[in-house]
Amino acid sequence: MKRRNFIQQTTAATAFVGLGGLSSIAMAPVSKIHITILHTNDVHSHIDPFGPDDARNPNMGGVARRATLIEKIRKENPNTLLLDAGDIFQGTPYFNFYGGELEFKLMSKMKYDASTIGNHDFDNGIEGLYAQLPHAEFDFISSNYDFSNTVMDGHTHPFKIFKKDGVKIGIFGLGVELDGLVSKKLYKETQYLDPIEIAEDMSRKLKEEQKCDLVVCLSHLGYEYQHDKISDIKLARATENIDLIIGGHTHTFLDKPTVETNRAGKKVLVNQVGCYGLYLGRIDFYLDSQNNIETDGVKIAV
Amino acid sequence: MIALKNIGILAFSLLMLNSCKTENLRLSEIEGKRITIDTNLQANTELEEFIQPYREHLNKTLDSTLAYNPKSMNKSQGELNTAIGNMMADIVMEQANPVLKSRTGNEIDMVLLNHGGIRSGLNKGNVNARSAYGLMPFENEIVIAELTGEKILEMLEYLERAKTAHPVSGIQIEMDRNFKITSAKIQGEEIDPELTYFVATSDYLQQGGDNMNFFKDPVEVYNVDYKLRNAIIDYFQKTDTIKAERDDRFIRKN
Repeated sequence: MKRRNFIQQTTAATAFVGLGGLSSIAMAPVSKIHITILHTNDVHSHIDPFGPDDARNPNMGGVARRATLIEKIRKENPNTLLLDAGDIFQGTPYFNFYGGELEFKLMSKMKYDASTIGNHDFDNGIEGLYAQLPHAEFDFISSNYDFSNTVMDGHTHPFKIFKKDGVKIGIFGLGVELDGLVSKKLYKETQYLDPIEIAEDMSRKLKEEQKCDLVVCLSHLGYEYQHDKISDIKLARATENIDLIIGGHTHTFLDKPTVETNRAGKKVLVNQVGCYGLYLGRIDFYLDSQNNIETDGVKIAV
Repeated sequence: MIALKNIGILAFSLLMLNSCKTENLRLSEIEGKRITIDTNLQANTELEEFIQPYREHLNKTLDSTLAYNPKSMNKSQGELNTAIGNMMADIVMEQANPVLKSRTGNEIDMVLLNHGGIRSGLNKGNVNARSAYGLMPFENEIVIAELTGEKILEMLEYLERAKTAHPVSGIQIEMDRNFKITSAKIQGEEIDPELTYFVATSDYLQQGGDNMNFFKDPVEVYNVDYKLRNAIIDYFQKTDTIKAERDDRFIRKN
């Protein structure tokens, strides 16, 4: 009972971050470092908010509103990363008219740090994606698409390491199998590599060789399937060294991250915020620099 | 305050996620939630102003009149053929046939789309590109599958089972009251199992969408690099007044 109370208190305090700049960090030892990861997925060219008469999502979404929220959170915590899990393209006439130019420009203005590539990002062909790259002032991270024989060669990163307040955050990216989902004519010679093998390799490299404090997987594999297909949940269970999987593709609306246990018995968070920019996902990590830390537990409040 | 309503509370006390090597950083706490984007958030003025010219151009283009539609149509007006479905199938025939002919020398024999693929009605009045986006919001492309006569017979069996107003053009089908086909003619001719037929459809259906499995292993597939929606827009552009009618191309006789 006691613990439950404490955690309720903590989350309530976090909720007031926007109002008073208070957060659980204020109640913790001064040495705590606070990293915020914000994320979207499957925004699908939804730039304008849904109108008041929309049957499903009245008055929700809108890039300019999201920008306000992001700005506010960055003011509270400058150690913030902003990520997208793919399918930026396709879904409104903005994409049909401007080919993704506006989507990339707006994401650049919001200072997205990185995105992975979704199947719909190939909808104007791999050349269509390549053509819009000059408008993107953020990085594309893709570890399991081999673009060697395509125009995208050299324009994506297998992983990226971001440093925030001394904390090393390693990010790698996984894309969904394109065969059967996207016409070959669009993705051309892009080779899909096994996500689990790549994830094992990438996360080990980031954690052990690069000494990252946090390892994040930006995934467009999909949350979970009834059938055998690889998903974020399967990935979380089958690997080690990943701390957080930010997912997309299945338009899964999670009101809080799912906590899974990985192969090594450690906890992994899996999150996804539906689609169309209706929600912004927020994960806060608190790291302690104290050497003589008493407890060896991580508290997860979701 | 927006943040408040979406916080789920669940607590775990668990083993260290990961120890942090060089700098002795230890992960001690993680919190996760989602924040709703709605009217409680003011739009960022700079971004709003940046979007505005794009939005204006888009709306101007989408809303400029292309044709006139004398009567409202929707896909539930008719048992086995509807005015709106006939219009769409006829558009595919009319717009894609010249492309196929110039590329291969062949002509489209018939068109088959799916009833579910008609995504909206078409209101009486001025018709614009936005109407075409409503009818066909997806990026589906027109493809032409060259099918054997046998596959055409499988298609007819499919239509008997479906009992649905899947839009067709170039074919005339009559069924009895139990939805059994009594007559089927392509371009006015009986179907010959020894011949092959050029059937225009969408890439979605050709790849097995709506369980149209008879499309799956055709003799050949021809791309015309023409989106269904663009064909509709091009047709509206060249048409003054739309004349779409329910007719006797696909009917059931008592």
